Amino acid sequence: MNNKPLREVFGESLAELGTVNPKIVVLDADLSSATRSILFGNKFPKRFFNMGITEANMVSTAVGLSTCGLIPYVCTFSFLLTLRATDQIRSQISYPANNVKLIGTNGGLSGFGDGATHQSIMDLAILRAMPNFTILVPSDASSMRWAVQEVADIMGPTFIRVPRVSAPDIHQPGTKFEIGKGLVLKKGKDVTIVAIGMMVSYALDAVKELAKEGIDAEVVEIHTIKPIDKNLLIKSASKTGAVITVEEHNRYGGLFSAVLEALALECPVPADWVAIDDHFGGSGQYDELLEVCGLTVNNIVKKAKRVIKIKEKAGYEQSV
Amino acid sequence: MSDMNNLIKELEEKAHDMRKKIITSCYYAGSGHPGSSLSTCEILSVLYHHVLNIDPKNPSDPDRDRFVLSKGHAAPALYSVLAQKGYFDEEELLTLRKTSSRLQGHPVMNKLPGIEITSGSLGMGISFGVGTILAARLQNKNYRTYVLTGDGELDEGQNWEGMLAAVKFKVDKMTVIVDYNKLQLDGRSDDILPIGNLGDKFRAFDFNVIQCDGHDILALIEAIEQAKQYKDNPSVIIADTIKGKGVSFMENRVEWHGKTINDEDFERAMAELNGGLN
Repeated sequence: MNNKPLREVFGESLAELGTVNPKIVVLDADLSSATRSILFGNKFPKRFFNMGITEANMVSTAVGLSTCGLIPYVCTFSFLLTLRATDQIRSQISYPANNVKLIGTNGGLSGFGDGATHQSIMDLAILRAMPNFTILVPSDASSMRWAVQEVADIMGPTFIRVPRVSAPDIHQPGTKFEIGKGLVLKKGKDVTIVAIGMMVSYALDAVKELAKEGIDAEVVEIHTIKPIDKNLLIKSASKTGAVITVEEHNRYGGLFSAVLEALALECPVPADWVAIDDHFGGSGQYDELLEVCGLTVNNIVKKAKRVIKIKEKAGYEQSV
Repeated sequence: MSDMNNLIKELEEKAHDMRKKIITSCYYAGSGHPGSSLSTCEILSVLYHHVLNIDPKNPSDPDRDRFVLSKGHAAPALYSVLAQKGYFDEEELLTLRKTSSRLQGHPVMNKLPGIEITSGSLGMGISFGVGTILAARLQNKNYRTYVLTGDGELDEGQNWEGMLAAVKFKVDKMTVIVDYNKLQLDGRSDDILPIGNLGDKFRAFDFNVIQCDGHDILALIEAIEQAKQYKDNPSVIIADTIKGKGVSFMENRVEWHGKTINDEDFERAMAELNGGLN
């Protein structure tokens, strides 16, 4: 298990990227010690701009840099980026498809001790509604390193959600990540568990519990929530006939919405969610907060079993 | 006549021609912001026909000067001057605000050559301008950036964030020009949200402050030259203007911020403008 916090992995990856790509510039809004963009700033002070606590100004400044050929990484807590600078992101990045790389740290509940004001549980919903965006939610150190490097090579608006905390290693060394392509982390036939970000390891743990009860679950990781891998979702759902989604986000507008949108027309199977049930987080230890919000292995197991029952009932009625 | 007098005359004529284009395009569009566009004509004439180092045939030249229309609702003025420069055919001005037109109600980058950044939602231009100059510095380029804001637009807090950043990073190659027409959509700016002494406010932010008559070509040329000479900190030119300038019944009338030009208005306005320069 790699215990390095993913924000640290982000900062290190960014600093490495700065070495190989001179066009990378980094902006932060007085949180560089927390986002870890300071690792880039220490190495490349001329290409690092601390904008003070001015998120809107930071985003627009980054847009100016991008239209002049540089590749800005804009770093701050995800809630600040997506809420304080929403219109700047919409007007100047999303609409003209400008080449700006947004980095939202403290993703999900991972700003745990600071309480709900510092947690980001609606960031994916906001950005998913913005045309032209590519939205990445890495789940471990290797996918984080990949995402940080990969977005530099895509022309256009991108967002990476960065947790403050560490995650267990999920991917085998040499795993090929591709924008817009989900990963089948475990094959199964009874139910598809679609998971994103920090919840991927919980989904994998739930699979082990389900196996004890003879349930063969498939786990699909969605690291790119936009554009989402519709083909893979349809393929998996049409095989298993039941889906649950697992996300560290409000139940509205995030992974559950995205997956249902992908399946609705061509593969409308029974589906359920493990997500935050439309309320705010709060202060506490990260694990405790996940527990309070129902983001647990037990809940995944419970909901998986229930959705399988609903599938079987529907199948029975159909055959009668 | 001296060269300078010839230049002034030429730039006045361009501004006058822009006014006809603004009235005509807004009339055909059936909407738009004529008053807010008319106050910018001399500023845009001086910039586009005298100051800016730009090549309409190569609109993405990395060395070009940047002009940022932060007050995006003056799009009809910007489109008119871009047409004068030959960025696109003048006839296209009549497609303003029409479905599928490149001339959207507010400027959209990548749609029309010569638009540096999408604008319309107010207050974002100064911050954007800071970014363009930071980029110039990193890439050893010498271009300058001019940002045109409205005075009503300065209500938006982001402008003041941008000013702090402009001074922190000493972007002396950026000049902000305020189209100081003292009216905004709902009324007099002094009533809507009093801005107080604008020059003092910019001075308190450590800007180099220049004030001039925004309809006086020579004064604008001199103000921009003065801004160019100033080192260390960014400059602001507070250009005193009249909303609706050049069409008597629109001048200083708040309703012409964004009122539709009807048939009678159009004939009256064009008759005045076709009467030539006073």
